[in-house]
Amino acid sequence: MLGKLSWSAIPFYQPLPLYAMGVVGLAILAVLIIITKKGWWPYLWEEWLTSVDHKRIGVMYLVLALVMLIRGYSDAIMMRSQQAIAIGGAEGYLPPDHYNQIFSSHGTIMIFFVAMPFVIGLMNFVVPLQLGVRDVAFPVLNSVSFWLTASGALLINVSLVIGSFARTGWMCYPPLSELAYSPDVGVDYYLWLLQISGIGTLFAGINMVTTILKLRAPGMTYFRMPVFCWSALASSILIVVAFPVLTATFAMLLLDRLVGTHFFTNDAGGNMMMYVNLFWAWGHPEVYILILPAFGVFSEVIATFSGKPLFSYRSMVLALLAICVLSFMVWLHHFFTMGASADVNAFFGIMSMIIGVPTGVKVFNWLFTMFRGRIVFKTPVLFSIGFMVTFVIGGMTGVLLAVPPIDFVLHNSVFLVAHFHNVIIGGVLFGALAGYNYWFPKAFGFTLDERWGKASFWCWIIGFYLAFTPLYVLGLMGMTRRLQHIADPSWRPLLLVAELGAIVVFFAILCQAMQLYVSIRTRESRRDLTGDPWNGRTLEWATSSPPPAYNFAVLPRVETIDAFWEMKRKGLGAARPAYEAIEMPRNSPLAFVIAFFAVVTGFALIWQIWWIAILGLLAILVAVMVFGWSEDRQREISAAEMARLERAQLGLGRPA
Amino acid sequence: MQDGCEATPETARGSASRQSYGHRRSAWPRWLVLSAAMPVASCAQTGVLDPQGPVASAIRLLLINSTAIMLVVIVPVILATLAFAWWYRSSNVRAGHSEELAYEGRIDFVVWSIPALVVILLGGVTWIGSHQLDPRAPIAANAKPLQVDVAALDWKWLFIYPDQGVAALNQLVIPAGTPVSFRLTSANVMNSFFVPQLGSQIYTMPGMTTHLNLLADRPGEYPGISANFSGDGFADMHFIAKAVPTEAFDAWVAQVRGSGSALDMPAYAELAKPSIAVPPTTYRSVDPKLFERIVDRTALAPEKAGASENYCPPAPRAGG
Repeated sequence: MLGKLSWSAIPFYQPLPLYAMGVVGLAILAVLIIITKKGWWPYLWEEWLTSVDHKRIGVMYLVLALVMLIRGYSDAIMMRSQQAIAIGGAEGYLPPDHYNQIFSSHGTIMIFFVAMPFVIGLMNFVVPLQLGVRDVAFPVLNSVSFWLTASGALLINVSLVIGSFARTGWMCYPPLSELAYSPDVGVDYYLWLLQISGIGTLFAGINMVTTILKLRAPGMTYFRMPVFCWSALASSILIVVAFPVLTATFAMLLLDRLVGTHFFTNDAGGNMMMYVNLFWAWGHPEVYILILPAFGVFSEVIATFSGKPLFSYRSMVLALLAICVLSFMVWLHHFFTMGASADVNAFFGIMSMIIGVPTGVKVFNWLFTMFRGRIVFKTPVLFSIGFMVTFVIGGMTGVLLAVPPIDFVLHNSVFLVAHFHNVIIGGVLFGALAGYNYWFPKAFGFTLDERWGKASFWCWIIGFYLAFTPLYVLGLMGMTRRLQHIADPSWRPLLLVAELGAIVVFFAILCQAMQLYVSIRTRESRRDLTGDPWNGRTLEWATSSPPPAYNFAVLPRVETIDAFWEMKRKGLGAARPAYEAIEMPRNSPLAFVIAFFAVVTGFALIWQIWWIAILGLLAILVAVMVFGWSEDRQREISAAEMARLERAQLGLGRPA
Repeated sequence: MQDGCEATPETARGSASRQSYGHRRSAWPRWLVLSAAMPVASCAQTGVLDPQGPVASAIRLLLINSTAIMLVVIVPVILATLAFAWWYRSSNVRAGHSEELAYEGRIDFVVWSIPALVVILLGGVTWIGSHQLDPRAPIAANAKPLQVDVAALDWKWLFIYPDQGVAALNQLVIPAGTPVSFRLTSANVMNSFFVPQLGSQIYTMPGMTTHLNLLADRPGEYPGISANFSGDGFADMHFIAKAVPTEAFDAWVAQVRGSGSALDMPAYAELAKPSIAVPPTTYRSVDPKLFERIVDRTALAPEKAGASENYCPPAPRAGG
């Protein structure tokens, strides 16, 4: 009746996650009570949960990323503490079966539920505004993407209290992840929840590619698009090409586990090397899915705050597209140590280095964008400069690891761990936080506090170096990753420094939270009434902050790169705009309903409660059909109404 | 470099740990001192930077050369970033500005050339290095190579000496100065065989054989690990690689032959059961086909009679 589910699924023998979830549960309950008491449910439902507005969905992605960042960070500090304690015979406080879950969930969460929602959220919010259009190509599908990602995030948290998470590392390599060696539901949680969120991500990618290719303001040719849009296009193309590979790979592993096929098993012709290849055929493009939008953010931020156009725009676009293509030709560098021939290893090593060329070009172009500019040191600029310094170091260690013989001694070491945290924290996360600080006033109509923002930056960068410089050194000393306890007591000092770094990162997150709190408290004094708080160059700054649901009452006409800069230079259009009636999509509960049943179905599939799974899938099908046959999906905003809305906007003080 | 490392291990290690303990008490500027001490500390440690064989030495040289090539570009870029950011700050009235500077062909050319040149240089280094340090390439030496077959079990290392007919668990004894030719596999899940001071690691994978050639220059004890996560006992999956003089190796083989138990198939079936932190041991004899049977996955055949009826002989595989 209930498949594999029973009371024994709740890990009473592991009190730590239960306490943690108890606290989280109380916090959620408190929030729900406050919402109910204040009567905010109708507002939340109508304005957010059912919203198909790309800006709202983008904001919800960012909220998801920030919440999951706290979860992923908790895993990180637990790991660091365990490794700082369990040295030279001490067992620490986390037994292997718990510790192994923690590093697996840390990786899974940080990649799929922090970094991905961060970059997809930014793309969602910014791209239609920068393109000068009113929404993405498929607004309802957009909300489905978000809610499927949120479903996956919910399920990974459910695994804390019901059952367990995978204990295989975030790559979930077979044969360890096969039924024979991981018989519990941990790997099923991993596979099913990533299948669900993976579909959401694929939809998001399709949506973004379509939007950029088909919806652009009049006059916005490809080579007038802001570089962030180019980076979003490159990243989304990678999503569309790479994510199906991941879905298919996980489907094969699921078949192995559920119906006894032999894709990756040890016997009967299975081959685990195929999984490793397929995983990284997705996994390496994934790295660029994350970093390319971050490159886009830095391009926007550095140009805006230097008061100059981006240096060598066409080189930047060419570099982005080169990285996009090359990223599919390097996957083997994740397993030089598998025994491929010297020719194969050398080929993939050199291909990996070649990616360093366009990346290096981008760094130089940012440098020359600053050259002879007037740099205003706002928080996003600090993150950008921190990124440039940190990322070239991470790039250097990456190229070192791309030399096969060097990889033979550093593969899977904490040097590698330090390398990819170097590029993901120093690149993706700094980019996300720069973007968050940069576009926050656009989203909410007031700027973020600079003092707390800068404090957060310094904590991030100091914490990062403290936490990961020791890991570089430890990797050279021969320390491998994923050790639940450490034999060599001479590693203790460096592990303690790394622990200290993790604690400094805690203060970075705390400053981030304080920044938000203080900014909201003092929002009246920090209102952005112009819609253009930073003297921006691109079209998102041409509308009010926050923008109306339809973004632009009249679609802007684009004549150059940096369209808004050009408009400001020529003087903003003084003529009264001629409003026309437009159609906007109506809000739809479809995505929320699908996500609800996706969680139910996913949970049932994990625990093999087949009847619930079938009912859940049927419910999703019915929901889609009801939506598909409904007629009333658009609402019209008449020219008169538009004029009235715009007058109201102007009343807020926006210059005509 | 080598001698310097060996001469000062205690002082370097001592100063590193003192500084970092001090760090816990106070004052983050001490971090700077600590980071300066880090390379010294790493030099004193056993690890990749303290090679004890030709493979590890060549890799360390490659590591240093590649780092040096890149630092030539990286350091100026970092300095230029900080310098540009500082000099072109908006409040600096002395800095020149050209707000419309968006393209300059000569700069663009240089900008593409610098990383391209670095990559061409490094690419050459990579191509040559990959072939010279191919794990399968035999190591040139006067002595005839010693054959050792390695099997990763849950969670211990089994070393079989086919020519000597003996085996050892969680300890690898090899003659110094003699090349060692490894064949490696795994009984069930993936691991990676790695002795950092001797050089390259290689995966051990079930149903497959990988090959690795290493040599220890001089006698010593070098820590060995699994470098690929393999489950609950992974952290204890370490062993000591002990390089001894040739005569001592022969004596060790004779001593092993005369003591301990035999590793026949029933004993292997018992050994193959998961166990953690097993103390090192030796076997006076070993089933001559044991390694092959682990590779073709028939070593535990009596236990899985049901499965063996459907058994497909493994196809010839790559990965070796």
